[in-house]
Amino acid sequence: MATQTPTPVSTAADAVEPAAGRLPRWAPWACFAGAAAVAAGLELLGDFNIALFVVYAVVLGTLALYLASRVTEGRRKATDRLVTAVVTSAFGIAMVPLVALVWEVVGRGIVRFDGEFFGSSLVGIIGEGGGAYHAIFGTLIITALTTLISVPIGLMTAIYLVEYARGRLKRAITFFVDVMTGIPSIVAGLFAYALFVLFFGPGVRLGIMGAVALSVLMIPVVVRSAEEVLKLVPNELREAAYALGVPKWRTIVKVVIPTAIAGLGTGVTLAIARVVGETAPLLVTVGITNATNFDPFDGRMATLPVYAYYQLTQPGVPPEYAIDRAWTAALLLIMLVMGLNVVARLISRFFAPKTGR
Amino acid sequence: MAKRIDVSDLNIYYGNFLAVEGVNVSIEPRSITALIGPSGCGKSTFLRTLNRMHEVIPGARVEGKVVMDGHDLYGADADPVDVRRQIGMVFQRPNPFPTMSIYENVAAGMRLNARRMKKSDLDELVERSLRGANLWEEVKDRLDRPGSGLSGGQQQRLCIARAIAVEPDVLLMDEPCSALDPISTLAIEDLMTELKERYTIVIVTHNMQQAARVSESTGFFNLNGVGQPGRLIEFNPTEKIFSNPDQKATEDYISGRFG
Repeated sequence: MATQTPTPVSTAADAVEPAAGRLPRWAPWACFAGAAAVAAGLELLGDFNIALFVVYAVVLGTLALYLASRVTEGRRKATDRLVTAVVTSAFGIAMVPLVALVWEVVGRGIVRFDGEFFGSSLVGIIGEGGGAYHAIFGTLIITALTTLISVPIGLMTAIYLVEYARGRLKRAITFFVDVMTGIPSIVAGLFAYALFVLFFGPGVRLGIMGAVALSVLMIPVVVRSAEEVLKLVPNELREAAYALGVPKWRTIVKVVIPTAIAGLGTGVTLAIARVVGETAPLLVTVGITNATNFDPFDGRMATLPVYAYYQLTQPGVPPEYAIDRAWTAALLLIMLVMGLNVVARLISRFFAPKTGR
Repeated sequence: MAKRIDVSDLNIYYGNFLAVEGVNVSIEPRSITALIGPSGCGKSTFLRTLNRMHEVIPGARVEGKVVMDGHDLYGADADPVDVRRQIGMVFQRPNPFPTMSIYENVAAGMRLNARRMKKSDLDELVERSLRGANLWEEVKDRLDRPGSGLSGGQQQRLCIARAIAVEPDVLLMDEPCSALDPISTLAIEDLMTELKERYTIVIVTHNMQQAARVSESTGFFNLNGVGQPGRLIEFNPTEKIFSNPDQKATEDYISGRFG
């Protein structure tokens, strides 16, 4: 291994500190290329396994680089190179599932990413064709309802916590909001189901039930993000408004909220992204249907996550068409979440207080 | 316009902590009153009680009387919001509203209070206030630009314009020049001298030369030790305070000898 990292040309001045040389810039690449070659050789002895090959190459390359650096550059520099290699590897490991997931979902989902998928429901579909028109609209309607319920409650709670509450009550609310953040989503679903069963009897399935269940999950997220953003509004601005003889509620409405609007918008958008892909609560509250239902107050609705779940677990015969539809639904969900994240960034860019001269 | 303020036996608390004790003072109309003293002695706290900004802080309260032209500011029928409309305030750090333009910042007192005004009247008010704050010539071509884009000194004058736009009787200034360079400071001092024709001005400052330059009367606050309440040690015409103060402590502070 050491042969691949030529010892640097030592000058007379180096005599005092023999290990004060420097590896050339291409040394790390050379180390890892050499390690890759050795790993390939090792692999050829047995069966070729891509994962094992990468592991061998990274471990051997790191070792080689460390040793080479230790010999030529000294201990401090060698440690630096070792830690750099370890941190970079950790980043690589973290990226593996993300890249693999996107790769897989895009590759499989693209098959049915066509007009029919967006244009038709599953009514009368056995096997080929069909789409998720009903599920797309179901998801949009239920998410919109959830937002409609959660945003006013969440924002007002946050305003209360930041501007008005103090002492024990404030601590209690903050504590319960924290607890709510950690509620398992199926529990939220069962809560909404139990609530509606009280009024409509067992077996009830309504779109609004799903919205209520998702609100239980979304409200604490909105509260926490809005609270953080409102706390960031400088107290000086509130005092400036008070000193002008502006009442407190007007100060909040006209000064605090406009100053924080970018952060509030971002928080709400990310909270929507958080609930748009929830499956379990919708499974027990909204159910699934093959037909299009735009009325969240009347009967079952289809939603993208539940649609994907049923297409995958109950694909029918032959199964491959339904499984393709499930992948496309998954792809659509990922795109929705990504889109919402982009929207959140745009909001924070365009609504941020301007400081231009 | 300008009004006289009489303070009697004022004790100021943060929770159970007595921060300022037993202040008795009369602040004359159409003059500048300066408050000096070491950090933490309660000058700013006292200033904030004059327009009931003190009670914005949780747990803060006040005992005693603050009377403005026969009207008790802490009386049962006094509304803090009304008090603040009559007694404007300028803060240590310039704090223009970041979401608003220069024009909107000056109009904020009217707009935020939802007072209906004709556009032409509002335009006139904004121009008058900006002229009053000696800022009009510098910003008249960019009134729709954000207020936070101005320099520190301009921002502070913008805040003064915002405060005088609601036409208060009294203007409180809490170290208005401490974040500014000497040129901006001079601009604001000149402005104060002009404004005292129409307003009662009370200014807190750490800069004794500033107090000596601009004020008619000066109050010296001090505290005996950490954890002790601050007191108004001496209140006299500025000339007397800086040449022949009644109290030894005042003389020591002004001449730079402490303890």
